This record gives sequence, C-alpha cells and structure tokens, in this order.
Amino acid sequence: MDTRIQVIAIAGSGLLLLIVLELVRRKAFLERYALLWLLSGIVLLGLSIWQGVLEVVADLAGIVYPPNALFLVAFGFVLVLLLHFSLAVSRLSDQSKVLAQRLALVEQRLEETDRRARRGQRRVGTSSELDSLNEAPDLASPAARK
Amino acid sequence: MTVLPQLEGSVGIHSSVRAENTYLAVVPAYNEQETVGRVIGSLHEHAPDFDVLVIDDGSTDTTREVGRAAGATVVRHPFNLGIGGAVQSGFVYASERGYDYMVQVDGDGQHCADQIPKLRREMETDRRVDMVCGSRFLTKEREYPAPVSRRTGIHIFAFMLSRIIGQRVSDPTSGFRLYNRRAIALFARDYPHDYPEVEAVLMVHHHRLRMTEVPVRMRERGGGVSSIGSGKSVYYMIKVLFAILIGLARARPVPEPGEEAPVAASQAL
Repeated sequence: MDTRIQVIAIAGSGLLLLIVLELVRRKAFLERYALLWLLSGIVLLGLSIWQGVLEVVADLAGIVYPPNALFLVAFGFVLVLLLHFSLAVSRLSDQSKVLAQRLALVEQRLEETDRRARRGQRRVGTSSELDSLNEAPDLASPAARK
Repeated sequence: MTVLPQLEGSVGIHSSVRAENTYLAVVPAYNEQETVGRVIGSLHEHAPDFDVLVIDDGSTDTTREVGRAAGATVVRHPFNLGIGGAVQSGFVYASERGYDYMVQVDGDGQHCADQIPKLRREMETDRRVDMVCGSRFLTKEREYPAPVSRRTGIHIFAFMLSRIIGQRVSDPTSGFRLYNRRAIALFARDYPHDYPEVEAVLMVHHHRLRMTEVPVRMRERGGGVSSIGSGKSVYYMIKVLFAILIGLARARPVPEPGEEAPVAASQAL
C-alpha cells in the first residue's frame, strides 16, 4: 500500500481519536455518546497502522485495493453513529413533548388554584363572622367525634 | 377549602360526590383566533353539559385570550407540538380530572357542535362502545365539500383499515370523536404524534376497544389554514400508510387491567 495513503489515514484517525478524547475530557460529551466515537477512532487507527489486518479485511470483502476497505469500515461507523443519533433525537423529542404537555397542564392548574384562592380570600374576608362560627361545628361534627 | 363546606356546595363548585356523568369538550387550536370563539360559543349553546377546554398549541396570535374571553379553560403549550400532542394534552387533562366522556372538536369550526348529541346518543345506546367517530361519508346528503384528491386518500385509508380491523370504517381521518374513560386512559398514555386519527383507529383495535361511526354534518373550514397543506399531503399519505403497515407488524400490546382478554389466551389449553 502506498505510504502516503497510510500516513493520511493514520493522521486522520489519530486526529479523530484525539478530538474525541479532548471533548470527553472537557465533558462536552456524555460518555454514552463518546463510546461509539472512541470505538470507531480506535478501530480506524488500528486498521491504518496494521496493514496486514486491513488486507485480510479487504480480501474477505473481495476488495482489490485495501485502502478502500478502510473507507468501507469508516462508512459503516458513520451509518451506525447516524442511526444512534436518530434514536437519540426521537427520544428527546418524545421527552420534550411530554415535558411541554406537563408544563402546560401544571400551569393551567396553578392558575386555577390561584384564582380559587383569590376568590376564597374575598369570600372569607366578607364573611369573617360566618367563618368563625363554622370552625367550631366543623370540629364537633359527628365524624370528628368518632 | 374545608373552611366553608356549606357555602362551597351552595355556590356550585364541583362537589366531591357526583352522581351524573361529566363531559369534556377538547378544542385543539393553533392560530385559530378567527374561529375558536365561535366554536366555544356553539359548544356552550348546543352541548351545555360539556366543560370546554381549549388546547392552545403554541399559537402566536390571540387564540388564548379569545378562548378565555369566550369562557373556556385554556391549556397553553410552550411551543407547537402538532395536532397529536395537542389532543393528547386533552386526554391527559380528562383522565386527571376524572371525566367520563371527552369529545374532540376542531378549533377551525368544521365540526358542528349541534352534532354532538348524535355521538352521545350512540355512546349511550351501546355501552360496549369506547369511541364514537363522526363520519362525513355515511350521510346520504353528501354535502361534505372536499377536493377529490383528499377524498380519494381518505377512501384508500378507509378501505385498508376496514380490511385490517374487520369492521367498516368510512371516515378514518375524522377528528370529530367521542371517547369514554377507557379510550381516554389509552390515549392519555399513548397517542400518535402527527396525523393521529388513522393510527388511533388501529390502536383502538389493537387494544381491543370498540369503535363505531355515526353520520354527521361537517362545515367547510371557518378560517385559518388546514394543518394539511397541499405540499404536505403526499407526506401525509406516505406517513399514514407506513404507520398502518408498521402497525400490522407491531407486537400486540399486553392487555391492561380491566380489558378484555385476548382471544388466543381464552382459547389456550
């Protein structure tokens, strides 16, 4: 295999691996998402360093020019990663839907409680004597005595 | 609130013991300020037993204020979730508040409130029915004005669904529906995201609930823009067809407590 291609492949996959590691170190990635990237970086780097393995892979897949096998593997990783993101996005949009619904319902309930509290205050204010009268019988009601 | 129990009862706030059924009308509305007020008004007029809940699905106009002013309770989504998410908020509200029946009435005014008693009568005559759908295609009058392309699409869905669920469905895209507690509970848990009506029919079937249709009149839209524009209709057809086919391949859901046992289980051994 042409050494130029090997140099480019090693440099490329090494850079990918470094970027991924740096992002994890900065906690820009959740580990869950970093693992797939790490795996693809390591495999690509390994394949570009050890030509023998790449030739075996190429041979198995019937690829005449081994560096093309590297592209194939890289493409496979890209597909898996995209699928992974589609799943993540679907889950997120489902969760955000539920959150928006909960928020809206809770907001409505809060408004209702506020309104009722205000109305209650007004009513208690105008009938404070009635209020004090009612406290006592409430305690002495048949249910309370039991 | 326990301070003045007598007063509260006499003022007529929902007392804790109810003998009668409770009804909720859910009006999903996205930028429907022109029509939502009229819809609420006609609900109050023709279906006075129904509490009216408007789901303002992240409108950018005054839908919320108009709804409030017309005397409805308004739940406002922080952003637009689409018709499925909006209606599902209605189901969640209904199930949390323990409503016995819920009717869905579009905010654009195409569903006529004076047809609700028809749905209700059907629900009351057949106790086993969990969902009553208003159908545009069962009337002899044939006055529903829809472009041929849309009618064709609807008939294709109707044909497929009828085959799958083994019961004639004439108008699977109609959102004018009355649900009982079981249907409310099901859809509060799980309701399709966009263009939900057709899939909901399948869900009802898979969960072994029963549905039926009654002929209703529908009006032309009173204003606003349909959620299904011409450009989106192709996507709509494909998405719903895909949902129907995937639905066939989906594992039968485990019956919930209180639901009828699956046929296979009752025949086993």
